[in-house]
Amino acid sequence: MDKTVNQKAWFLVLPVFLVVAFSAILPLMTVVNYSMQDTFGNNQFFWNGVGWFKELLDPSTDLGGRFLASLGRNLLFSAIILAIEVPLGIVIALSMPRDGWSVAACLVILALPLLIPWNVVGTIWQIFGRPDIGLLGYVLTSLGIDYNYVSNEFDAWATVIVMDVWHWTSLVALLCYAGLKSIPDAYYQAAQIDGASRWAVFKAIQLPKMNRVLLIAVLLRFMDSFMIYTEPFVVTGGGPGNSTTFVSIELVKIALGQFDLGKAAALSLVYNLIILIVCWVFYTVMTNAGNERPAKQGVE
Amino acid sequence: MARIDLVDLAHSYGGNDAAPESFALKPVTMTWRQGGAYALLGPSGCGKTTLLNLISGIVTPSRGKILFDGADITPLSTQKRNIAQVFQFPVIYDTMTVGQNLAFPLKNRGVPKAEVDARVRQIADLLDLTPHLGRKATRLTADAKQKISLGRGLVRSDVAAILFDEPLTVIDPELKWQLRSKLKALHRELDLTMIYVTHDQTEALTFADTVVVMHDGRVVQSGTPAELFDRPEHTFVGYFIGSPGMNIVPAEVRGREARISGHPIALQRSYDALPPGAKIEVGVRPEFVDVAAPAPGLLSANIERIDDLGRVRFARVRIGDTKFAARVPSGFSVSGDTAGLVFDPSHVHVYADSRLVEGTA
Repeated sequence: MDKTVNQKAWFLVLPVFLVVAFSAILPLMTVVNYSMQDTFGNNQFFWNGVGWFKELLDPSTDLGGRFLASLGRNLLFSAIILAIEVPLGIVIALSMPRDGWSVAACLVILALPLLIPWNVVGTIWQIFGRPDIGLLGYVLTSLGIDYNYVSNEFDAWATVIVMDVWHWTSLVALLCYAGLKSIPDAYYQAAQIDGASRWAVFKAIQLPKMNRVLLIAVLLRFMDSFMIYTEPFVVTGGGPGNSTTFVSIELVKIALGQFDLGKAAALSLVYNLIILIVCWVFYTVMTNAGNERPAKQGVE
Repeated sequence: MARIDLVDLAHSYGGNDAAPESFALKPVTMTWRQGGAYALLGPSGCGKTTLLNLISGIVTPSRGKILFDGADITPLSTQKRNIAQVFQFPVIYDTMTVGQNLAFPLKNRGVPKAEVDARVRQIADLLDLTPHLGRKATRLTADAKQKISLGRGLVRSDVAAILFDEPLTVIDPELKWQLRSKLKALHRELDLTMIYVTHDQTEALTFADTVVVMHDGRVVQSGTPAELFDRPEHTFVGYFIGSPGMNIVPAEVRGREARISGHPIALQRSYDALPPGAKIEVGVRPEFVDVAAPAPGLLSANIERIDDLGRVRFARVRIGDTKFAARVPSGFSVSGDTAGLVFDPSHVHVYADSRLVEGTA
């Protein structure tokens, strides 16, 4: 084993190492440190071991109850928006023109909601839904529908979900459209010759070819909706009651509202862990989906 | 199964009002008989794929009609035409097994399951795909995928014709030959009309009984490989078919004599009524011109190089400024820079404005 020993390489890695240390490792360690302690203000800290973590996972305690309830709400929210945005995005992508000037127009219109900052989206819908001055709220109320996202849980959920669908379906649609565009014409011609119906074409060609972009779309949308904070915070502030309080909103309430740094640190570590695990699962699934293809093959 | 008639068929991607010269396919009228193996041969952009797409219905013609067994099918959609097509790149349905791929066209047409199974097994057997029936189609090699594409056409019992659009492009060379023989065998066995588009003359000549040579949107000659070789009706055919291609040299032709660079060459037939003002050329395949030692009475040429193809050698020579190829007889050793050329009069053709002129005996 003739390995050249060259310690100089460490110097080249050092800047990156320092940046990562200050931007990620040190803050994370601070959080780990906080999660083991309790504070009563005045910079007085008391050792608490894994106490907070135990509480987090125990629904009978205040912290655990709040965490698990918000986690449940968050998962439900993600499930609902995925169930709406993915099929809707596919339908939009399928009905988009394949070429011509209208493609550019469609792309621009689709991209518009994606370009709006989160809290602006929240503000737009907060005003849009107000029964006194908002177009949506006013129209619904005038139609005799008792709509009020401030006092009614169902209305609050509906508003937050519709807002997310409005904001993010474009992303799914654009990804699917890219997937569709990559299918060579010969596939459609062959399907035509094989007498395939519209549905058969979708099932046999379009869906399989969109497979990978759909996985990416689901991953992105899941992560984003699982970490959602700004829009519901601006629209409902987590209310009415706690009905739209998602994990991140709960976290901010505990950390900044109550200044329970220990509890908040423990919660954010668990929150982080969940996201990492989901990411890893998706990553594994995606890599395996890629490996299914044979190594040797012609142009597809 | 069907006879295919093309009646004054033409197509322009710019619409019917486009200039006649810009048509991707200039008007063509021809008949392809039931059970024939045809090849459309020509360089890229000669209109052969356009013609194929017109027949399959992927493209609707600007002008003219297509008849299958006498019935006008021009307005019919691809589905209703009963044709099958194998594309340049293998088209297979990714999520399905080989068997499901083969069954797909039948399932779409609502054929009963028992019949589908029997037919799929039969076709898989024919194509040597039986061992792979249960496997995911994506996992197979390119040649097996092309066989699946072909199989999806063959499973249908109502297929009028099978169209191939350069199907061997992505196949490894040694498998190309195998797959081509397989196609040929299938053609003999199934009595199907097959139309094969390619720019590779070997593929065309080995596959087809009739080769349709296309050039610049026109059909320049349609005939058996032997006809294309022996009597090219257009200088393009002479040049495009054969390796090396036909020698085409400007000449003056009078009666039974052609003059190349002032040197007389005997002709087998007499050419008295050549169109006045036309560009007159003489065409002769390198196989019918022998290199000999320079001698008086022989057309002399400068030797540039010798191509040894193993079985046969060709000399690349120059007559004045014109490039020329000639056979080097076995046992003849070339010495010096100049050589004499010996023509076989029965294979020297005369062309006026690139078209073959029939002489009189």
